[in-house]
Amino acid sequence: MSSASDELRPRGAEERLVNPEVAKAGDESERGQDGGRLAHAEGASRPLSAEPAARREREPQPRGAKIRGDRPIDQAEAAERFLAAPLHQKAHDERLWDLRKKRDAAAHGIPEWEELRELASQIKAHTLSNLDTYLEQFEAAAKANGVHVHWAADGAEHNRIVHAIMRDHGARTLIKSKSMLTEECGFRHYMAGVGIEIIETDLGERIQQLDAEEPSHIVVPAVHKTRLDVAEVFARTLGTDPDNDDVHYLAESQRETTRPHILSADAGMTGCNFAVAETGSVVTCTNEGNADLSGNVPKLQIHSIGIEKLIPRIEYLGVFIRLLSRSALGSPITQYTSHFRGPRAGTEMHMVLVDNGRSARLGMEEFWTSLKCIRCAACMNTCPVYRRSGGLSYGATYAGPIGLIIDPTYNKRKYSTLPFSSTMNGSCTNVCPVKINIHEQIFAWRKVLAEEHYIPALKQGMMKAAGAVLARPAAYRAAIGAADSALKVLPRFAVYNPLNTWGKKREMPEAPRETFHAWYKRERLKKTGQDA
Amino acid sequence: MSAREAILATLRANRPAGAHPLPEVPLFTPLVGPDLVAEFGERLKRMGGRVADADGGDPFGPVRERLQGARVVASAVPEYAGNRDLASVMQPGDLADVDVAIVRAVFGIAETGSVLFTERQLVVNAVAYLAQHLVVLLDPADILPNVQAAYLRPEFGQSAYAVLHTGPSATADIEGVLIHGAQGVRSLTVLLVPRP
Repeated sequence: MSSASDELRPRGAEERLVNPEVAKAGDESERGQDGGRLAHAEGASRPLSAEPAARREREPQPRGAKIRGDRPIDQAEAAERFLAAPLHQKAHDERLWDLRKKRDAAAHGIPEWEELRELASQIKAHTLSNLDTYLEQFEAAAKANGVHVHWAADGAEHNRIVHAIMRDHGARTLIKSKSMLTEECGFRHYMAGVGIEIIETDLGERIQQLDAEEPSHIVVPAVHKTRLDVAEVFARTLGTDPDNDDVHYLAESQRETTRPHILSADAGMTGCNFAVAETGSVVTCTNEGNADLSGNVPKLQIHSIGIEKLIPRIEYLGVFIRLLSRSALGSPITQYTSHFRGPRAGTEMHMVLVDNGRSARLGMEEFWTSLKCIRCAACMNTCPVYRRSGGLSYGATYAGPIGLIIDPTYNKRKYSTLPFSSTMNGSCTNVCPVKINIHEQIFAWRKVLAEEHYIPALKQGMMKAAGAVLARPAAYRAAIGAADSALKVLPRFAVYNPLNTWGKKREMPEAPRETFHAWYKRERLKKTGQDA
Repeated sequence: MSAREAILATLRANRPAGAHPLPEVPLFTPLVGPDLVAEFGERLKRMGGRVADADGGDPFGPVRERLQGARVVASAVPEYAGNRDLASVMQPGDLADVDVAIVRAVFGIAETGSVLFTERQLVVNAVAYLAQHLVVLLDPADILPNVQAAYLRPEFGQSAYAVLHTGPSATADIEGVLIHGAQGVRSLTVLLVPRP
């Protein structure tokens, strides 16, 4: 393939927007050496903005789901409020769909894409089914590299371990890069309680920290906010000019105010994208360079690792690194792919292996493969429900399709309603780089939750109808064929009922005239003269 | 029982059914053409980096202006002297005032436009992030075709720290507007200079 391959071709400008009102006339993104517009990292492939026609029409940011202890999250209620903020909702929808399209272009640029997905899925399945031995191997390698290894059964233990490490060093401040695991552990809240100052150094995560809000997306944490929202947060917390919403000014303000924290921090922390058993390495994939600052400036460095992040050998990074950023952002790689293996001279390095429900999930026959997830968020970007309701509406650490299937493992009651926030269109499964059957697991969760009586009566009726069809593939295909398409029949169970209010105000996508199975059968007959 | 023993015991008890053998990963045909230098440069530019050929006799010709305008230059290469000695830095934070850092890459990757550094090339790892601008020397003979080939190299298993840089520090966390110099370097320029 020449350098004129698909992934290098400029794209986007000629394509129609779903929400033309969020197209922005001016372009503020960086330009490259040859003068062309750049769209690497999380950059949008064309200018998009949720700016109102006049400043005084500023639309307040819709907030997330109301959290009331263990009571089931009302995602639909929060989604309603997101929909009632059309500028936010449309910009969010457009931006994530843009990431999805960038992902498609990147994937199509690689002939072996499907083979890579299959390999990644198999490597993960193998590692997970031998996770005990790979963890022992990782621990031994890390110790041999001079790393202190800790094990945490849950989030609380993770927090206590990190606190103890900090206390032993008299450390009071910690800079960190983005980590969904530490979100899971409620790490910042815990550390605030024991008087340790945590500074998030990823721009999106910092915005969310300063606004006392959880990240709404696992890759772009503040994607639900407009530049006006960020200007308001920074004016309030960093003392920036409240009337200046220039994105370059805002980003630079964050850089300038964070740098002193980076230079003076007692400790640095990163999460982990991949942990290599063979070498004891922690691999992080980032765009800002903040993980490398966290790991390379303070004297004390801590890496928090979800135990499912293990892969057996370095060479398999040649599969996963090629998949991750292309799936997440449509970039061939993140700006930084960092491999932390041992401490610098005169410093200490700690790794904390965290279970927090993962080993239990491994024993769930229908759900263990969700542990393959590499946190790329492709399933979120493609999900029509997520794009139109915002990540905070889920009221959970993990939003979107992957959240629907892992959140209930943390708290069945609280997240019992989430598996219903899906059209069952299967798009999440189709884009998953490690081939998790996400939409099938969403359905399986509905069944589990209904059987265990977590589901109100009306939803249970709906479940029976869907269940009867979905349980038997032949009946399922007949139903789809008769109604012309899955989208026209199946989602009716799931979408148009009073309890699934997120279905309101949403147009179902135009369905293909012919199902894949019907097409395949016809084409095969044509070619081979046999019944497929 | 310690957390370690409890976690390992649960993992053993919950081992998924069925055989899940480790697959054989084939060596994929590189996506790039035979001109690795051109491919590397093209990809690097798309990722926000800059690339320049040595300008006649002066390998630093393309960045001369930047170097002349810099107060503090930290060089980790013998080809350029600089005015900040990396070997005598007491703590990484002391490099906060570096305007330009110069380092040599172990290798480049044509598929992505990436360059690899380890603690050996960087001397002080943080210099590659605290500096405002990064200048990278890369021998054109050190460009690998793809990411897969890179991960067959020994550096990842031998270095305390190994990092692939692909262009400068970047963010688009606010409305998708791409900005260089999020927390790390504002620019990354690769000079194609053979090893001495």
